Amino acid sequence: MNLNEISKITNEVLVEEFEVEEGLIIGKANFRETLDLDSLDYVDLVVFVEENFGVKLTAEDFQAVVTFDDFYNLIFIKINE
Amino acid sequence: MGRRVVITGIGIYSCIGKNIKEVTKSLMDGRSGIGYDPERKEMGYRSALTGILDIPNLKGDLSRRQRVSLAEEAIYAYVSTKEALDSAKIDDNFLDNNIIGMIFGNDSSAKAVMESIDKIRIKKDTTLLGSGSIFQSMNSTVTMNLSTIFRIKGINFTISAACSSGGHSIGTAYNLIKSGMQDTIICGGAQEVNPYAFGSFDGLGVFSINENEPEKASKPFDKERDGLIPSGGAATLILESLDSALERKAPILAEVIGYGFSSNGKHISAPDVDGQVRSIDMALKNAGVNPAEIDYINAHATSTPLGDECEAAAIYSIFKAFNTPVSSTKSMTGHECWMSGASEIVYSVIMMQNNFIAPNINFNKADESLSKINIIAKPFKKELNTIMSNSFGFGGTNSNLIIKKYES
Repeated sequence: MNLNEISKITNEVLVEEFEVEEGLIIGKANFRETLDLDSLDYVDLVVFVEENFGVKLTAEDFQAVVTFDDFYNLIFIKINE
Repeated sequence: MGRRVVITGIGIYSCIGKNIKEVTKSLMDGRSGIGYDPERKEMGYRSALTGILDIPNLKGDLSRRQRVSLAEEAIYAYVSTKEALDSAKIDDNFLDNNIIGMIFGNDSSAKAVMESIDKIRIKKDTTLLGSGSIFQSMNSTVTMNLSTIFRIKGINFTISAACSSGGHSIGTAYNLIKSGMQDTIICGGAQEVNPYAFGSFDGLGVFSINENEPEKASKPFDKERDGLIPSGGAATLILESLDSALERKAPILAEVIGYGFSSNGKHISAPDVDGQVRSIDMALKNAGVNPAEIDYINAHATSTPLGDECEAAAIYSIFKAFNTPVSSTKSMTGHECWMSGASEIVYSVIMMQNNFIAPNINFNKADESLSKINIIAKPFKKELNTIMSNSFGFGGTNSNLIIKKYES
């Protein structure tokens, strides 16, 4: 799965399940602030990634995520580990 | 003596209607909400009969964060609470600027628990349950969720008392307002309706197996009754001190004038006449009314052979001289279990406001032990000034509430 496919699936879920306006999802935008994430939301993001990509993220993995592009890259790296 | 306590709002979501208007019509028409759920049969249920109701979709009403924590019964309770608040003319501004309490009756969240355990067994990883699972799985799922959604700042807890849970929630709210500790409390009862919730109950063999005629299966007090039918939803009442209601010019639908309770202290599932009589007596004394003043009794009667017989004996022992009208709305709704003590006060308020007694449908013939009480089998026009509602639960926990038409 390439980065484009990962971002497409991710954005669809973020719009549908996390109820984010599609126009706000920009690769360089701040991931946490745009999604207004709290600690509980990160648990649900772990579930989303596992269900859609079959890989498991940890709390530590999110420390390096600042932008949406970082999040797509994190999933890409996990899939290809 | 204490302060007077009034009901300023009601809301309901049940198998006989999704709001007060629909439920009023069903009560007047004597319409059953019972149906057949094939999934239960596949799961090994002895009886597939159940109250039939849809789970509302709250997307658009609540945020994702709010929705993911709601168990099925909490979804129902959100809908009934919205209606009750609207009916009481309580808006966001009032919620944000007053110390309002919340007490609900609820005694299970089986589906949420089952689904989380199933997932743990498959995934072997608890993180993958998601953030909402814990908040759906606890008995207090209704109050913990709705108290955050409605920004509750006063009393906030759930009462688990089997099929008396809803009744005790209103009784407890009544006492807290009467004593002056709270001015306004959102109270009620909620009950999940799914195959996980009732498997162990079905296993006791106490559900009706009249599966060929679901709408005729719940027949409290009838000679041919063969068991109860599980059901659910949610009912909400806004209880308020009279002073508070008058000050904000709230609609006053009825007054709560008495609450009684008792514990049988005997068998875990068998009802007990003495325990029920003690609860009824306490409610009458607490209300300061004589049995002759009760215009109608909304019975607990679930349609089980022993339970209905026992309740009839308790009613007869106190009301025999007055031939007080009695009906069980469970003939239409089935047994709404944790919710029933609250929903049946909502049904009673509806009857009081519209001057009628909802029928005990499917009642054709009483056996000898039941023939002494005055069971109302057809819709009956009658002015109702004072109503008593019975709730009796497993473990021998009994609750009685008395409401009265409001007079200034």
